[in-house]
Amino acid sequence: MEILYASCVGILVTCGLFLILRARTFPVVLGLTMMSYAVNLFLFASGRLNSNQAAVLGKSAQYADPLPQALVLTAIVIGFAMTAFVVILSIRGRADLGNDHVDGIIPNKNKVLQRETR
Amino acid sequence: MGHLVTLPILLPMLGAILLLLPPCGKNKKIRRALSQAFALFTLIASIALLMNSTTNNIEVYALGNWSAPFGIVLVSDMLATLLISLTSFLALCCITYASAGDDEKGRFFHPLMQFLVMGVNGAFLTGDLFNLFVFFEVLLIASYSLLIHAGDKHKTRSALHYVILNLIGSSVFLIGLGVLYGVLGTLNIADMAVKVSLLTGDDVALAKIGGLLLLIVFGLKAAILPLHLWLPKTYSSALPVVAAMFAIMTKVGVYAMFRVYTIIFGEQAGELAFMAQPWLWPLSILTIVIGTLGVLASEGLRKLTANLVIISVGTLVAAVSMHSVMATAAALYYIIHSTLMIAVLFLLADLISVQRGKASDRLVEGKPVAQPYILGGGFLIAALAVMGMPPMSGFIGKIWLLKASSQITGTIVFWPVYLIASFVVLIALSRAGSFLFWRHSNNEATTEVAAPLKTNVIIALLLCSPLMVIFSGKITDFTLAAAKQLHDVNNHVNTVLAISNHGVK
Repeated sequence: MEILYASCVGILVTCGLFLILRARTFPVVLGLTMMSYAVNLFLFASGRLNSNQAAVLGKSAQYADPLPQALVLTAIVIGFAMTAFVVILSIRGRADLGNDHVDGIIPNKNKVLQRETR
Repeated sequence: MGHLVTLPILLPMLGAILLLLPPCGKNKKIRRALSQAFALFTLIASIALLMNSTTNNIEVYALGNWSAPFGIVLVSDMLATLLISLTSFLALCCITYASAGDDEKGRFFHPLMQFLVMGVNGAFLTGDLFNLFVFFEVLLIASYSLLIHAGDKHKTRSALHYVILNLIGSSVFLIGLGVLYGVLGTLNIADMAVKVSLLTGDDVALAKIGGLLLLIVFGLKAAILPLHLWLPKTYSSALPVVAAMFAIMTKVGVYAMFRVYTIIFGEQAGELAFMAQPWLWPLSILTIVIGTLGVLASEGLRKLTANLVIISVGTLVAAVSMHSVMATAAALYYIIHSTLMIAVLFLLADLISVQRGKASDRLVEGKPVAQPYILGGGFLIAALAVMGMPPMSGFIGKIWLLKASSQITGTIVFWPVYLIASFVVLIALSRAGSFLFWRHSNNEATTEVAAPLKTNVIIALLLCSPLMVIFSGKITDFTLAAAKQLHDVNNHVNTVLAISNHGVK
């Protein structure tokens, strides 16, 4: 279970980082979402992985640590709000700047145009 | 004392909610008056806490009366109360300044400002690292929206960078917290300080990774060297009154460094003692260098001020890495001075750029300003203070910091870098001042003068600099006591854990 869980988190972070380094806002937003999923899984694991253990005292012989679950809940809510904000901001950036490049200008656009006109 | 500690967080929240409700949403006069009133109440509550903290030991407030390692506590010590008073004062000034017209350039200015104050005050008061993350997010989401207030293309572009960078920062923060929780089993700052000294074997390395991940986040918030690139663009494209309020935001990052690397990873941390110092010391010096170069290269007053923020952050982080009571005390004095002076420079840049018409705040020939005496005199005082010339507050902060740094081994690097940086700032500010006020084309000055409210706020902020010199004895006594309290980790731990233990029974 540990290997599966750890590789899950690792792959999500890798994909997230790759997408964040893209030049267009849509992949970047997707990358941020993936990062936040990875982070949520990671936080959950910080209370140690175990099965058949309730997070309530007295329900099973051993109990799971309830605090990471509370932390994950908080992180999910905050991450959700932030993702919503960044989506709206990217849409506004697309409208204001006329393209979806993260810098607001597509580099070398003029060069390409010049070449085409030649 | 009782519930007073919660007021600097609850009052802005209540204010923000009331400001969203119908009578304030419809009528701008009521909205402005209410917003200023709430800022004033927050300031009064903060000052009451400040007075209280000078006479008493650290006050701990267990939220919901849950005991400390499990529940969240608010810790009001001298450092926290000093900074919330500074925040509340700055917020009152900015809200008053914006009430002269800037708040109507976009929607929801006042509620967002209140939420920002709530987030900053919360971050200063909390005694729990996860709670610190939550308050970081509160202040960040308010700052995102304030940044695009009165939006145009440039604001959207720089806001996009700022938001994406901070979202990545939040992810790193959570990973760091996860690692630390996995190793230490607690997120209460005092409890972590106890547990971190008991670590053995591989756990030490893990805790170090967690601590250094947090350093990345605080470095991003404070804008130290490799992570400072967002700052000049963001601060110079934001509305000047918003940028003035943002002057406190980099200090939140510096504050978090003070807390985490003095209390948790301070001298008591066993193998992990002073673990941030090898990173912070060189980076802080390089930050001062890069900020200085930025100041020289700036083509406008707002960008120049944004680069001054970077220099002040470098100075403060150098003080963090010195890990001595003297350096911390000097840094606290410097925080008050630099926050207020940078805020006033942003506000002055606003008035100057309006009155110079097309030339705006760029350092080129333009129309003469309509109020040369107020703006020029204000600029002179603020510039003297920022560069650290004798009659103003910057001088005391600077001398004190230099004196504190003479006790450590790195002095030979720090002194020349810091003194040359001050000299370069002097050159850059004199150049900026002579361009803005003396080099003008023959056009007539505009007859439009700034609203008296705006100039009054600027004068009030400017007065703080000479006042900080006149009352420097009291202020330095206070910051020295605050620094002693911060470095007395045993007292902090005992107070936080003891009070909450007998809180619940």
